[in-house]
Amino acid sequence: MPEKHLSSQFDSELNSVSARVMELGGLVESQLLNAIHALTHFSDETADRVIQTEDRVDSMEVQIDHDLSSIIARRQPTARDLRLLIAISKTTANLERVGDEAEKIARMVKSIIRSGSARALPSSELRIAADQASALLRKALDAFARLDVEAAVSIIRDDDAIDREFDGFVRKLITYMMEDPRTISPSLDLLFLAKAIERIGDHAKNIAEFIIYIVKGTDVRHTAIDQIESAVK
Amino acid sequence: METLTPTREKSKISVKDLNFYYGKFHALKGINLEIPENKVTAFIGPSGCGKSTLLRVFNRMFELYPEQRAEGQIVLDGEDLLTSRKDVAILRAKVGMVFQKPTPFPMSIYDNIAFGVKLFENLSATDMDERVEWALRKAALWGEVKDKLRQGGSSLSGGQQQRLCIARGIAIKPEVLLLDEPCSALDPISTAKVEELIVELKRDYTVVIVTHNMQQAARCSDYTAYMYLGDLIEFGSTEQMFFKPTRKETEDYITGRFG
Repeated sequence: MPEKHLSSQFDSELNSVSARVMELGGLVESQLLNAIHALTHFSDETADRVIQTEDRVDSMEVQIDHDLSSIIARRQPTARDLRLLIAISKTTANLERVGDEAEKIARMVKSIIRSGSARALPSSELRIAADQASALLRKALDAFARLDVEAAVSIIRDDDAIDREFDGFVRKLITYMMEDPRTISPSLDLLFLAKAIERIGDHAKNIAEFIIYIVKGTDVRHTAIDQIESAVK
Repeated sequence: METLTPTREKSKISVKDLNFYYGKFHALKGINLEIPENKVTAFIGPSGCGKSTLLRVFNRMFELYPEQRAEGQIVLDGEDLLTSRKDVAILRAKVGMVFQKPTPFPMSIYDNIAFGVKLFENLSATDMDERVEWALRKAALWGEVKDKLRQGGSSLSGGQQQRLCIARGIAIKPEVLLLDEPCSALDPISTAKVEELIVELKRDYTVVIVTHNMQQAARCSDYTAYMYLGDLIEFGSTEQMFFKPTRKETEDYITGRFG
């Protein structure tokens, strides 16, 4: 059975909007890497770059949504095509939110630099978590490009690990703050940063769920991992 | 092949091991299907897949042509239509049909409706007036024709003519209404009216519609059957068929990948 539509124009519209999502994914990924760089090196300049990228991310999101509406209005897609377009819409929204979190990290880094407490923070664990989150995002984008259900399931599993890391990190910060009240203010900064990173993991997981939705037609949001695994078999 | 039954709906027509031949050409191959009562069932598929043939078997329309024959069973309310000894006119009163092109009789709007009724019932003039009005109201045509009932049926627009044919079909109070591409000659507004009507009609009738317009099947049917080269490929709820069909052949067809 042919994979292509009778209408090659429809194929090229779907390909073009899919390509735009990957482009947006690439842009957001580089924004996140810059945010992590800014965090690691307390670089004001890199943080500024992250913040400046935000406008481009926003306008790409708007453009993709416009393209989607146009395809839906003119082609009345069904089945796999319909699921693909719905998933692209939601993936785009999630990528834009990752961009927001990256921006949040960048603004946080700038405020930490201004407060002069940069070097005093125990931020190495945070960098590891940030690397994990960005690796997960990259994996989600790769899996989306290949519509790889197996990879999607493993991303969902990996996000659980990031969530557990976050819980552990919060407990550690609480101990710091109880031991020495002077660490409360920088610890809160770290908490916000950790939260932003944890959210990025969640967005990667959401994207992975949309991959399963496209390929299998099953909505696995808010579903336990073992149920997801049996649903995609 | 197993019988494809979409749900636990009450079945109106059971098709069992139906084979159909145009001379030597095997047009329907072992069809098993349950048409649910008081629902709209759509048959879709590319030209030549057998969907119109299947529809025409339901009221033995094919018997007009000697070289055509059907084997198997079509059970309507417990009786096999194919072996029934009843007068075929009585069967067709139970199973009405509307065709692709509007086919008003060359008579007045009123008589178009009354003609069929007179064959089966002996109504007084008042009762007949009531029946004509009832049918025209059901077909959403009354408002447009109530002041010109004595004018010829062909004076109406295409969309009105098609609704007149539907009114004629339901005037004899059938149990099943077969619609063969009822909107393919109509503009979008008339189509929308006929589709409204189809949804309305299922309260009283079991409706089976053949359509090339997949969006029409998606809009107004409860169940959809996809046919290809004389086989019934998949039968399920319309929502499932258009969102997550189980057969790849169905998905390729409804997404326009059929080559």
